[in-house]
Amino acid sequence: MSSNGTMVKLSGVRKIYDTGKVKVEALRGIDLSVRRGEFMTLVGPSGSGKSTLMNILGCLDVPSDGTYEFDGQRVDRLPLSQLAEIRNRSIGFVFQNFNLLPYSTALENVELPLVFRGLGAKERRKRASELLEKIGLGDRMEHKATELSGGQMQRVAIARALANNPPLLLADEPTGNLDSASGREIVDLFEELWKAGHTIMIITHDPNLPMRTERTIHMRDGRLENGAAG
Amino acid sequence: MTLKLFLQYFWRDFRKQKKRATLTVAAIVWGTFSILMLLAFGEGLKDQLGKNQRSLGECIIIVWPGQTSIPYKGLPRGRRIHFRPEDVELIKKSIPEISRVGAEYSNWGVDVVNGKKVFSQHVTGEYPTYEYMRVQYAERGGRYLNDTDMEYKRRVVFLGYELNKKLFGDEPSVGQTVFISRIPFTVIGVGQNKQQMGMYGGPDVEKATMPATTYQSIFGDKYLDNLVIQPRDAETAELVKSRLYQVMGAKAQFDPTDKQALSIWDTIENQKDFAKMMLGMQIFMGILGGLTLLIAGVGVANIMYVVIKERTKEIGIKMALGARPQTIHNQFLLEALLICFSGGAIGIFISQLLCDLASIVPRDPTSSMSWLGNPTISLPIGIITVVILAIIGLTAGYFPARRAARLNPAETLRYE
Ligand SMILES: Nc1ncnc2c1ncn2[C@@H]1O[C@H](COP(=O)(O)OP(=O)(O)OP(=O)(O)O)[C@@H](O)[C@H]1O
Ligand SMILES: [Mg+2]
Repeated sequence: MSSNGTMVKLSGVRKIYDTGKVKVEALRGIDLSVRRGEFMTLVGPSGSGKSTLMNILGCLDVPSDGTYEFDGQRVDRLPLSQLAEIRNRSIGFVFQNFNLLPYSTALENVELPLVFRGLGAKERRKRASELLEKIGLGDRMEHKATELSGGQMQRVAIARALANNPPLLLADEPTGNLDSASGREIVDLFEELWKAGHTIMIITHDPNLPMRTERTIHMRDGRLENGAAG
Repeated sequence: MTLKLFLQYFWRDFRKQKKRATLTVAAIVWGTFSILMLLAFGEGLKDQLGKNQRSLGECIIIVWPGQTSIPYKGLPRGRRIHFRPEDVELIKKSIPEISRVGAEYSNWGVDVVNGKKVFSQHVTGEYPTYEYMRVQYAERGGRYLNDTDMEYKRRVVFLGYELNKKLFGDEPSVGQTVFISRIPFTVIGVGQNKQQMGMYGGPDVEKATMPATTYQSIFGDKYLDNLVIQPRDAETAELVKSRLYQVMGAKAQFDPTDKQALSIWDTIENQKDFAKMMLGMQIFMGILGGLTLLIAGVGVANIMYVVIKERTKEIGIKMALGARPQTIHNQFLLEALLICFSGGAIGIFISQLLCDLASIVPRDPTSSMSWLGNPTISLPIGIITVVILAIIGLTAGYFPARRAARLNPAETLRYE
């Protein structure tokens, strides 16, 4: 894969949630390409399908219809264990509610993706503490997740997303639960990571954030609104 | 999954559902305990019953004279058969499959006297071969009758354990003189105490025994009361019995097919039946304990379903970070096993404690407690228990773990 090739390519992707009585068509035919190294925001009203789209991009879910190529490989019909491996190696997630393991320390949380990769304890520790130092939490490594502030938790989550140095970072409203100062710090951090070469997509309701990214995708009713196929 | 993380989460869950978890572990403890106790006491009981069973004799055939039921060579039916001393020699010579043969005279209500103590007892005259065949072992410091006693018709007596106690109390008796039918006898030995399961003519511990020849010269009995035969091999018992009918039939003039001419008690058959019965008992006890564990296993499965529901979010996070379904599966399977083995370990510990206690309690071999024998958790019992626990843990954990592994990561992360 060349460095400025296509990272993600969706064609005709649909997602239908079948909740027994009603069928919800959350994605109604999405065509989307994302180049390696892009920094983009995904915006749209609540319920428009942003999270659903991001779950599919992150291999947390599979499309009901259409195709998905990740890094040149068809992944829409892969078995669960291979999807797990892609998530582990190539995708980092950051969530609105942080999703840290609450009773584990910051260090242990950051080590987790390395555990699933099968790395030895020493190497895990080294890599995780380096990452925590880098995001300015070197003095909070042994703190339980529940003992950290929201901004600190989100930075731990970003460090965890970076553990296996994945090319793609996906963030679903990462500043949604933070005050504006902490939110700004997180966005700064993402910008740094983009400059360091990561491909980043952020879902946001913050009207100021799209101005800082290269590209903005608008969603409405399960469809992309403008020339997003890019 | 690191062990530390694993144990940490296991422990946290455990504390969060203290009541349910405690109940489940308690069920495993109880199941393990009951299966172990049943098997261990079963083993002890089997040993002890076996010992009691053998206190009559090891693989012996006891023969009493009967009455003919078939006319033979012009002789009428209903004729009484008798055993004479020469028959013992004859049988020994004619049936090579026999390793030992002996016989006895016996009489009830004979006065046995030591000083002022007078008891009316069962007195027998026995062959020296009875020592091994009828387990007439002497306590330390004494001996049973021997061939020289027989040959010289010595006036020596071997006292049963209880009789000796009545006559001498705690005083040493070997070398002392007792009067039997007003004739002085030297005590040469005292029988070991034994709890006797099979018996005829009364318990050995109440008998006074003298050489058969001495007995015959004093009491003048013409006929032996019964014979005792020991085949070389338990497998040849049937052959020995049919030979006996031929040899004695020729000697005492009866039809060898006339079953009633001799009355036979084959203790070998008894012992085989007994072994089968004991095996049946242990299987039954094992099944009971197993069922208890099965119920406990259902409890474990139940608790695992709850654990997985409560940890849905954790499962989702791990999946998002790249945990494979197999990893999630193994984690919960391991937890189920851990519950089973921690309960099992406590159960084994309590059982061992109880076995130790049971073997500390002092018991004399005739008391009712002695029927328990020494309960033991043998290696095979231990292995069986661990294997059963592992099977229960694996099956109880498998289905909940499979459910966890098949969860959809996106759905799981939405779960609150
Ligand atoms: N697991 C699910 N089962 C059923 N319906 C679902 C599921 N997930 C999402 N939906 C539905 O799909 C639609 C899109 O939901 P989605 O979460 O993608 O919206 P969103 O754009 O992320 O909204 P928000 O900005 O509020 O987070 C909604 O109508 C939602 O109710
Ligand atoms: Mg959303």
